[in-house]
Amino acid sequence: METPSEISVSLEFSIALIFILTAVVFVGGNLILNRLFRPRNPYPEKNSTYECGEHSVGSPWIRFNIRYYIIAILFLIFDVEVLFIIPWAVQFKKLYESLGILAFFEMFVFLLILGLGLAYCWVKGHLEWVLKDRKAAGSNPGI
Amino acid sequence: MTELSLAIYAAVRIGVIFSAVMTVVAFLPWIERKLIGRFQQRFGPYRVGPHGILQPIADSIKLVFKEDIIPNNADRVLFVLAPTLALITAVMNLAVIPFGPTFELFGISFGAVQVADVNVGILYIFGFASLGVYSLFLAGWSSGNKYSLLGGLRSSAQMFSYELSLGLSVVTVLMAVGDFKLSEIVLSQEGGFWNWWIVSPKWFVIPGLLGFFLLLVSAFAETNRLPFDLPEAETELVAGYHTEYSSMKFAMFFMAEYINMIVASSIVTTLFLGGWHAPLPYEPFVLAPGWMWFAAKVFVLLFLFIWVRATLPRFRYDQLMNFGWKFMLPLALFNIFLAACCLLLADRFAL
Repeated sequence: METPSEISVSLEFSIALIFILTAVVFVGGNLILNRLFRPRNPYPEKNSTYECGEHSVGSPWIRFNIRYYIIAILFLIFDVEVLFIIPWAVQFKKLYESLGILAFFEMFVFLLILGLGLAYCWVKGHLEWVLKDRKAAGSNPGI
Repeated sequence: MTELSLAIYAAVRIGVIFSAVMTVVAFLPWIERKLIGRFQQRFGPYRVGPHGILQPIADSIKLVFKEDIIPNNADRVLFVLAPTLALITAVMNLAVIPFGPTFELFGISFGAVQVADVNVGILYIFGFASLGVYSLFLAGWSSGNKYSLLGGLRSSAQMFSYELSLGLSVVTVLMAVGDFKLSEIVLSQEGGFWNWWIVSPKWFVIPGLLGFFLLLVSAFAETNRLPFDLPEAETELVAGYHTEYSSMKFAMFFMAEYINMIVASSIVTTLFLGGWHAPLPYEPFVLAPGWMWFAAKVFVLLFLFIWVRATLPRFRYDQLMNFGWKFMLPLALFNIFLAACCLLLADRFAL
């Protein structure tokens, strides 16, 4: 048996789902409308890759800067942190009533460790986009 | 309430909110072009209809009749999927925004002006906002163009960097309210602007202002608006991730961008600016329906978006990353600490 609050939660989510379906229908309708009316007149020059009037040279899937990858890894670490903090924040008042000041300190020990992690990345130069010293981000521990 | 009337009310709410937002989205580019024109001492669109007001209709008709070009180099499936995903994820966010209180017409109550009041409203918005990254990166990657790839990479790195401060900036409000539900967050700010979370009384002034600032700046970055529009920096990347797009698919990226602007403004309004509450809880102000106050606040923020675009130049990419990681993220972490201290002090001294 579902409690009334569970029914209301599933009701709200089902309405949200209907809204999402509305969005899908809207987008599909746009594409179909476009398909009905648009002219179709392709030729090789028109379908070539845009390159300011030049012929495109080489593969478009070039090697890109490794820093994008490092940023993505850093993001993963700190995003998990955000996911951990948000439920704590919502329950903070209740936690404070039951645990007292401990609710505050437990989270800030965690935050301090992550802050140290950020400081470590900063000092090691992983947050620098333009590397002054190419060795700074690896072999040469500048810390 | 019977199931049938419930379904009808839900359908009415979906229809009204969807069409209202789509109308605003259609006319927002016109408003933006008009305002940018005025900022630059010219008139902006002026030919189609009085003061160019029919320009959006002319533009959309033109876009529907344009040829849709898919380059030979492109990954066809992902190329079509990317703008679809961009628009769908943008529209999905509208489902949980509380536009107004219970709406009554001819003595019939239609319920709150909100499609669905889900119990994890904030997380729902963050979840779907993060999905938007996929569309930009897929667009950049599938186009088979170097400019697009660079634009897609830049946009994903930028959105990663600012999503952290976006997530942490709302923590101050969540701590004070103790609920994910967006309608509860609005209700907690009842009675005058001094109860809004941006300048709440007693102890909450500094964390509220800081959180508001962090959320606003992150919202600018997440919607790829100037000064954070490096993914489509037209002076170096042609048009970034949508270089190869044309016709309706191009229009879908644009619609998604404008819907994201509206969603971002709505989130800022809901969390920090009192949602649909009137700024003063007295007679002439509270007579206007709540959704009007909400719309007014959202339009002020949209004006701010356009104003900033007309005022500030674009960041350099290293400046953008430095600002995100070395300023916004530590400030957001510090703000949580500050907010927790304020709450503890308020409890200790029974403020």
